[in-house]
Amino acid sequence: MKVIELKNLSKIYNPETIPVRAINDVTLSVKEGEFTAIVGPSGCGKTTLLNMIGGLDISSEGSVEVGGVSIQDMNESQLTAFRLQHIGFVFQAYNLIPVFTAKENIEFIMVLQNMDAKTMQERSDDLLDRMGIKNQKNRRPSELSGGQQQRVAVARALAARPKFVLADEPTANLDSGSTEDLLDIMAKLNKEEKITFIFSTHDQRVIDRAKRVITLEDGVIISDEHR
Amino acid sequence: MILSIKLAWKNVWRSKKRTWITASSIAFSVFFACLMQSSQLGSYENMIDNSARFFTGHLGIHQVDFWEDQIIDNSFDQQALLELDLTKPSILMGVPRLSSFALASHGDRTKGAALFGVSLEEEAAFSYLERKLIKGDYNTESGVLMAAGLAANLNLNVGDTLVLMGQGYHGVNAAGKYSVTGILKFPIPALNQGAIYLPLETLQEFLSAPNMISSYSILLEDSQDTEGMKAHMETILKGKELGVKTWQEMLPDLVSSIELDYYGGWVILVILYIVIGFGIFGTFLMMIKERTYELGILNAIGMTKRRVQTMVAIEIFLLIFLGVLMGVLMATPIILYFWANPILLSGDAALAMEKFGYEPIIPFALNFKIFYNQGISIFVIALFLAIYPMLAIKQLKIIKALKE
Repeated sequence: MKVIELKNLSKIYNPETIPVRAINDVTLSVKEGEFTAIVGPSGCGKTTLLNMIGGLDISSEGSVEVGGVSIQDMNESQLTAFRLQHIGFVFQAYNLIPVFTAKENIEFIMVLQNMDAKTMQERSDDLLDRMGIKNQKNRRPSELSGGQQQRVAVARALAARPKFVLADEPTANLDSGSTEDLLDIMAKLNKEEKITFIFSTHDQRVIDRAKRVITLEDGVIISDEHR
Repeated sequence: MILSIKLAWKNVWRSKKRTWITASSIAFSVFFACLMQSSQLGSYENMIDNSARFFTGHLGIHQVDFWEDQIIDNSFDQQALLELDLTKPSILMGVPRLSSFALASHGDRTKGAALFGVSLEEEAAFSYLERKLIKGDYNTESGVLMAAGLAANLNLNVGDTLVLMGQGYHGVNAAGKYSVTGILKFPIPALNQGAIYLPLETLQEFLSAPNMISSYSILLEDSQDTEGMKAHMETILKGKELGVKTWQEMLPDLVSSIELDYYGGWVILVILYIVIGFGIFGTFLMMIKERTYELGILNAIGMTKRRVQTMVAIEIFLLIFLGVLMGVLMATPIILYFWANPILLSGDAALAMEKFGYEPIIPFALNFKIFYNQGISIFVIALFLAIYPMLAIKQLKIIKALKE
C-alpha cells in the first residue's frame, strides 16, 4: 500500500526573476513499511523534498498524496491538522520543547490530538520503554545527551501513530555510538511494527541501513535503489 | 487550553532573569503611577473636603436668590427647614450658617472681616472648627473666635475687645462690641486672614436677623454623589423658595483647578506609560525573535497557529499580571502609610501651597479605583502591544522559521 505518491513534483524559487528549480519534476511513491534514505550532496533538494512530503512547504508544480489524500490544495490550518494526525517529524536539532520533560514532550502531540489521559499515559510509558529512556522521563532536554534527545524526538514523532516518519538528517549531531543506537531503534520499529521511515541524510551509517536509497542531484532523482 | 496554560507558565519561567526584569519594570511603573494618582486624588479629596466643610458643604440650601447676590437680605428663616425631613443614609450631617461682612476694629486698626454665625457645637463636628483653636476657649455664648492672621493684624489677643461695624438685615446699622474668647489658626490663608466665628444667635442679633440663616450646609458620605442628592433635595424643597446647589456649582474655581491638575497628571502618566510601553514591546519583540525557530517547530509538528497565539497571549498575560501584582503590592503599604500620615510640607513648599490657598500637606487617597485604573491601563497597553506577536505568529512561515 502506497503511503506517499509524488507526481511530477517541482519546487521553483524566484519564479518571477531568476527561477531556481530546487526540485525538478520528481515522481516517486513510497510504500508502507519502507525504510528509505534520500541522499545527495548539500543543496541537492533533500530537505525541500522532505518538506513538501510533510506538508511544511508547498510545491510549485505537481501533486503530493499522503495515504491517498492530496495535500496540495489544503489550506494552512488543514495542513497543520493533517500533519498532526498523519505525519511524524524528527529534525536534525532534536527540537524538543525545552521547558517540558522527556515524557511531557512525548505527550505533547497526544494532548494536541485530544487523546484521553489513560491512553496517553500508557502510550508515553510504552514509547519511553521502547526507546530505552524510561529512566530519563522526568528530565528536561537540557539534561539529556544528544542521543537521548533524539530518541525522545523519535518517540514524539511516533506518539501520534503517524502513517510515516520524516527524519531530516536525524544523526547529523550525534556521535557514532548514539547514531548506531538510534538506528537500531528505528530499524526495529520498522521491522517489527512496519513503521515507514523516510530520511534525508549524508550519513553513510544511515545509508548502509536503508532498504531503499533515492539519490538526488540538482533536484532530480538520479537513482532509486531498492535493497 | 490547559496545555497552552501549562506551556505558557513554563515558558514565562524559562528565562527567570528576563521575566523578573520585565515584571519589575512594569511593577515600578504601576507603583509610581499608583503613588502619583493616590496623592493626586488625596489632594483633591482634601481640597474638596476642606472647602466643603469650611465654606459650602457638599450641598448647600439657600434662599433662591442668594447665590446670585450673596447679601444678608437674601437669607432665609431656618424654621422653614424644621418641618422638612432632611435625613438620608448618604447625608452625614447638616449645619445652619449665617455669613456676612463687617469692619473689625481694635484700637486704631480696622480690617474687613468675614463673619460666620455658626452653631459651635455642630460646627465642631462639621468643620472640626474646635481643632483650629490655638488659644483661649472654644465654647462661648457671646464672644468671638478670631482667625490668627486677622487677630495679629488687629493686634488682638484672647480677652481683648473687638468692635464690629456693618450693615444688618434690610439695611439696619449693625454695631457691637465682643470679647475675643479664642484664636483659631486655619491652614487656608483666606480664612486665616479674615474669618471671625460667632455663635449663630450672636451674629443673628448683631445683624438684626433673628432665626435667619444664609445657608444650610450638608455633608455627604460621598463628595461625588451630589447630583442625585440635589435632585432629591429639590423635590423636598419644592414650593419653598429655597434652592440647592452642589459644591461643584458653588466652587467652580476648585473644579477647574482639579480638572487642570488631573489632566496634567495624566500627561505625566502617559509619558510613564510610553516609556514602559517600549520596555514591554522590547520583551515581546525578543519573545518572538528569539523563539521563531521554536514556534515554527510547534506549528510544524501540529500545533495550530491559533494555539501558538493562545500560548503566547497567556505568557504575555502572566508576565503583565505578575508585574501589575508586584506594583500593587509595593504601592499598597506606602499608600496606606501616607493615607494615615499625610506628608506635611514645610519651608518654601508650604508657603507656595498656602499662597495658592491650599493646606500645605500632601494627603494620599485610599481607593481601589487607583489600583484598578493603573492595572487596567497597563493591561490595555500590553494588549495593544500584543498585536505585534499575534501578527508575527499569524504570518509565521514554517520553512523560514526552521531556517532561523
